[in-house]
Amino acid sequence: MREYLKNTWLGIWTVLVGMKITFKHLFIPAVTIQYPDVKVPLPERVRNRLYVNMDDCIGCDQCARACPVNCITIETVKGLPTDDLGITSNGKKKALWVTKFDIDFAKCCYCQLCVFPCPTECIYMTDIYEFSEFKRNDLHYNFSTLSTDEGEEKKLNWEKFQAEKEAQKAAAAKQKAEKPAPEKKESTDKSKSAGE
Amino acid sequence: MFEFLSDLFGSQIIAAFISAALPLVFIVPFVIFAVWLERKVSAHMQDRLGPMRVGWHGWLQTIADFFKLLQKEDIVASDTDKKFFNVAPYIVFAGTYLVFAALPFSSAYIGTSLDIGLFYIIAVSGLVVIGILMAGWASNNKYSLYGAMRSAAQIVSYEIPTAIVILSIVMFTGTLSLSEISDNQTAYFWNWYIFGGPDWGLTKFLVLPFMIIGFLILYISTLAEVNRTPFDMPEAESELVAGYHTEYSGIKFSMFFLAEYGNMFAVSAIVSVIFFGGYQSPIGYLGDALAANWLIPFEQLFWFAAKGIFFVFVQMWLRWTLPRVRVDQLMTLCWKYLIPYSIVNLIIIGIITLI
Repeated sequence: MREYLKNTWLGIWTVLVGMKITFKHLFIPAVTIQYPDVKVPLPERVRNRLYVNMDDCIGCDQCARACPVNCITIETVKGLPTDDLGITSNGKKKALWVTKFDIDFAKCCYCQLCVFPCPTECIYMTDIYEFSEFKRNDLHYNFSTLSTDEGEEKKLNWEKFQAEKEAQKAAAAKQKAEKPAPEKKESTDKSKSAGE
Repeated sequence: MFEFLSDLFGSQIIAAFISAALPLVFIVPFVIFAVWLERKVSAHMQDRLGPMRVGWHGWLQTIADFFKLLQKEDIVASDTDKKFFNVAPYIVFAGTYLVFAALPFSSAYIGTSLDIGLFYIIAVSGLVVIGILMAGWASNNKYSLYGAMRSAAQIVSYEIPTAIVILSIVMFTGTLSLSEISDNQTAYFWNWYIFGGPDWGLTKFLVLPFMIIGFLILYISTLAEVNRTPFDMPEAESELVAGYHTEYSGIKFSMFFLAEYGNMFAVSAIVSVIFFGGYQSPIGYLGDALAANWLIPFEQLFWFAAKGIFFVFVQMWLRWTLPRVRVDQLMTLCWKYLIPYSIVNLIIIGIITLI
């Protein structure tokens, strides 16, 4: 009988204790974060979508080579000696037209390995992480400031320049007919013009 | 109300339809509100926020969900017993609705002012069992059948303590009519039956502790009767998928939903009528103070709804506090604890009434 009454009392008492706890929780502020309206502050060194500052890019291709998944595609055309390509923020003179700088974020693994080799620190991680798309092709980002037409134009310019040079060379070679081996000379000339 | 309407329209048939539809005007908004409240209460008790996006703090969420349910395909599995399967949700809802017919919403409006109101309510709430059993059995699904069987066992067992407690109240008050019980507890909260009724004297103080015990027993057993957690064996999600309404979808499922929440209010209203003065205000009426008699029924409606919603809130509170009991614990609680206590309570209240 005592056991019975004790059980009854325990039953009522424990229910009341439980109700007290849940009632307290009713007034505790919720831990929920209203995601699209309120965002959790990200850590300082998060790795999310890449961004390329094309003003600083010298088209050295080091990031593309560092990429373990080959998601960066870079195509460059050499600038003419007459072209003014500008100077990067750390004072380097640009020599290449970057006609194509594509990053495929469907492939990107956000390892940040491309960021370290960049000599001008123009490729870096941003804190943007909401960029999902309905089509996979939309994740293919083009960073190049030149349009395809402009790129073609630069390419043609360079080829024209090359052809003119070739013609000059040929003329010079004709004058000095006694000295052979024009092929080797041509290649050295090429590297010289690239260095300018 | 019926007389008033039949005078107004000059036709008893129209008046009958309108007065029959009136509780629905209360039930549907209440269910919409209660579902929202349930989600908010559960969320805040678990330190979450609950629905927040549809309307202010998600108050339109239930309406959106309701329209979603209406658009859903009404799936009827091929091996179900179609006649019973289709009719079951409406029987369950009808059982709930019949209870509303006898509830005194205010002194001006009561569906039918029956002299045997309490008896009638106990009788018609048994109809829900038939509906649930029908739904479970006709579904041709073992989980549904399990749920229905558990529900039947549970409701039948818990009707005994409910009936005994109500019997003791009937002994004490000497009436079965719900409107008369409400009228007895008029004006102030110390006249409520939980505090010993309106008659001052030795009886009031003698009966008070037994009234509280009676209230606890009635509350627990009605909680079990409406299949709410901790007694939600019939629809135990983790064991039986969804119990007796596993196979239902669309509008029929929403019928069960409507019935469940309607039932919650019905039993809360019965508890508040019996022990907490029903539609009577605990602190006097504004209509009396302003000498505006027309205001009183509206105030009474407010107090009735407020008390009902408060007890519904306590049901939710219990739901998010207690874990589900096992079947054997459920039966132990009913047969070994509630029934003996309620019988002892009945005898003591009987003796006090005789004094």
